[in-house]
Amino acid sequence: MSVQTPSSPASNAGQPLAFVSAQALRERMHEAVNDTHLRQSFRGAMDFLMAKRAVQFPDPEELDSLRVLSEHIRQYSLSKLPDLLEQLETSLVRNGVQVHWAETPDEANAIMLEIARRHAAKLIVKGKSMVSEEIEFNHAMEAAGIGALESDMGEYIVQLAGEKPSHIIMPAIHQTKQQIAKLFAEHIPGVEYTDNVDALIQIGRRVLREKFEEADIGLSGVNFAVAETGTLCLVENEGNGRMCTTVPKVHIAITGIEKVVEKLEHVAPLFSILTRSATGQAVSTYFNMITGPRRSTDQDGPEEVHLVLLDNGRSQAYADEQLRKTLQCIRCGACMNHCPVYTRIGGHAYGTTYPGPIGKIISPHMMGLEQTHLLPTASSLCGACGEVCPVKIPIPELLIRLRGEAQSAPRADPAMVGQGAAYDPKISLLWKMWAGLYSRPSTYRAFSWLATRFRALTPARQRGWTAARTPLKPAPRRLRDMLKDRT
Amino acid sequence: MSNPSQGVSMRTYPLRPEAVYFYATCLVDMFVPEAGMDAITLLEREGVRVIFPENQTCCGQPAFTTGFPAEARQVVESQLDLFPGDYPIVVPSGSCGGMIRWHWEKVVGDDPVLMARAASIGARTYELAEFLLHVLGFSRPDTGPGTTVTLHTSCSARREMGTHLVGRELLARLTNVQLVHHDHESECCGFGGTFSLKHPDVSMAMVSDKVASLKATGAGQVITADCGCMLNITQRAAREDLEAGRSVPSLPGEHLATFLLRRTGGKPMGERS
Repeated sequence: MSVQTPSSPASNAGQPLAFVSAQALRERMHEAVNDTHLRQSFRGAMDFLMAKRAVQFPDPEELDSLRVLSEHIRQYSLSKLPDLLEQLETSLVRNGVQVHWAETPDEANAIMLEIARRHAAKLIVKGKSMVSEEIEFNHAMEAAGIGALESDMGEYIVQLAGEKPSHIIMPAIHQTKQQIAKLFAEHIPGVEYTDNVDALIQIGRRVLREKFEEADIGLSGVNFAVAETGTLCLVENEGNGRMCTTVPKVHIAITGIEKVVEKLEHVAPLFSILTRSATGQAVSTYFNMITGPRRSTDQDGPEEVHLVLLDNGRSQAYADEQLRKTLQCIRCGACMNHCPVYTRIGGHAYGTTYPGPIGKIISPHMMGLEQTHLLPTASSLCGACGEVCPVKIPIPELLIRLRGEAQSAPRADPAMVGQGAAYDPKISLLWKMWAGLYSRPSTYRAFSWLATRFRALTPARQRGWTAARTPLKPAPRRLRDMLKDRT
Repeated sequence: MSNPSQGVSMRTYPLRPEAVYFYATCLVDMFVPEAGMDAITLLEREGVRVIFPENQTCCGQPAFTTGFPAEARQVVESQLDLFPGDYPIVVPSGSCGGMIRWHWEKVVGDDPVLMARAASIGARTYELAEFLLHVLGFSRPDTGPGTTVTLHTSCSARREMGTHLVGRELLARLTNVQLVHHDHESECCGFGGTFSLKHPDVSMAMVSDKVASLKATGAGQVITADCGCMLNITQRAAREDLEAGRSVPSLPGEHLATFLLRRTGGKPMGERS
């Protein structure tokens, strides 16, 4: 290949990027908040995205009714999920699409590898797909000697840099134009350094155009899969999604099992709220509706279309009424754009495919609480995510639930893998004592009297708090003492 | 019940009652009692009798949000008997108010009898500022000198109690007070209860940014109706002062109740001899 692919660039060529241990979250957060450049650039980018979204929703009542409708559509779809998935399969098969079911990332990769081998594929060109990131598709293919090239500009940049996306909609948002210019100059033969954005985009387009012709297989994600008609809907802005799904002879779409809706009319409101919430666009530049391989009368299109439906922990979330709400997500990224924690630490610090608030509530199902139990604690529960979520996922409520799942004593029949992973008998005992104190008014009165009268004994070092603040000190007298003195 | 963090619909307010219950919260009781006293004085001055249930302790929020629902429940159950009359319950904190209004019912969610009691309490729980404005129609002449302040509204007041415009409106009624807004006003101050202890780095980044935004307004002080945010913000600012060797606080903070009382001819508790 004339252009270096995908894998080689960065240091860990061919190696799966794999998830960084979530245990190390604290250290990564520490590094990120102390990275002035990172904080400034994320703040600027998130401010920009928040402003763009706000412009799309000038009328709070219209927004509210669209959110309610979207929430209902997603909840309705999930309530019928097993039936809708069967119906989707029937419709797709009727349309000539081959349907595959994968429980794990390995299974999904194996299915796609098998398809690639059958076609003796050397190069797979990809539209943007977070599910493919979730299963580390590129690395699985490269390990088998098959190139997988990202064709979404942001994903292409991230791939050249050997990184994971730092945002689900804007994967390369952490990269400056100078960094991108350097990447291009280093990795694309014959390209001189330029940080002119238009020039960079032209360079990327030129490289990718060649690849579309060369590729044996096109891979894409799916935003909505319509059960009644067997239609795969794909939202995108660059046209690369359309190229991936029409130019190569084989198109493989991959998606999570939760993306199914019953009928086409359920797509319109979700599409509208998705693009407005995500990028502040009234509509995206492209909206692809794929109903099967090329028919004899068609001018173009793939000869073969596959859909891979991935579980990867989703049915665990599905089994619990409250946790099921996690699956309402339509992956707009608004929760991260509005999250004060994400804004401070960026996407990579999370160490998961999906960063930000949605990542905190979905990753535990994909990876287990053993690795991810710290994620739900890394939130002030400010509620900004829940407030902007287009499908009204009660993210703060789910974060609290996951905190409880992680910290409670291991149970025989847990709702999720890794339940009890953060169980600490000492911490639990402290909270029991706390509850004993505050549930007995006389004990609380004695305690609060002592705490105020002996305030001089308050420790000057208070874990966490005094890292950034002067120590907390009780008042000399309590409110109830002051009230008594009045009478 | 709709999730509170997801848009609060317009609330209907009761007529002026003869009496209210005052739920001070543990933070006010032990750490900022003057704010509690000033809130009580404000209510009484409007002709409302204030009942302080002696057995009040804590709303249970620390355990609830940290992920210890059984411990939260134990505390909540101990508080369900405090309000036998049907008077409104006034809370000088958006975050404790939000806990009582929305989450008590959830915490006891598997017991229909307790749930009904918790729901009835939640339905008549008001944050102090909204109660002053919407029920008592608080509007007294501003007797203080001209001053400029900035307002921080807690995330719970904003998103669970839907009262972020209430503080502004109360301050707007003070003719000699100029309110200036700070950038990223709707953003969290970084307190988040045990979040500030578990993730001090991020919490500090958030509160430092908040302090910087508040200071950048040039306002003489920050007003807030939530003591958690207030302690977080002012003690971060105090730490910065300490490190910079400043002896005069660069960002003094005050509970809205104290500020309102002083501006309208009352004497705040902290200024009585």
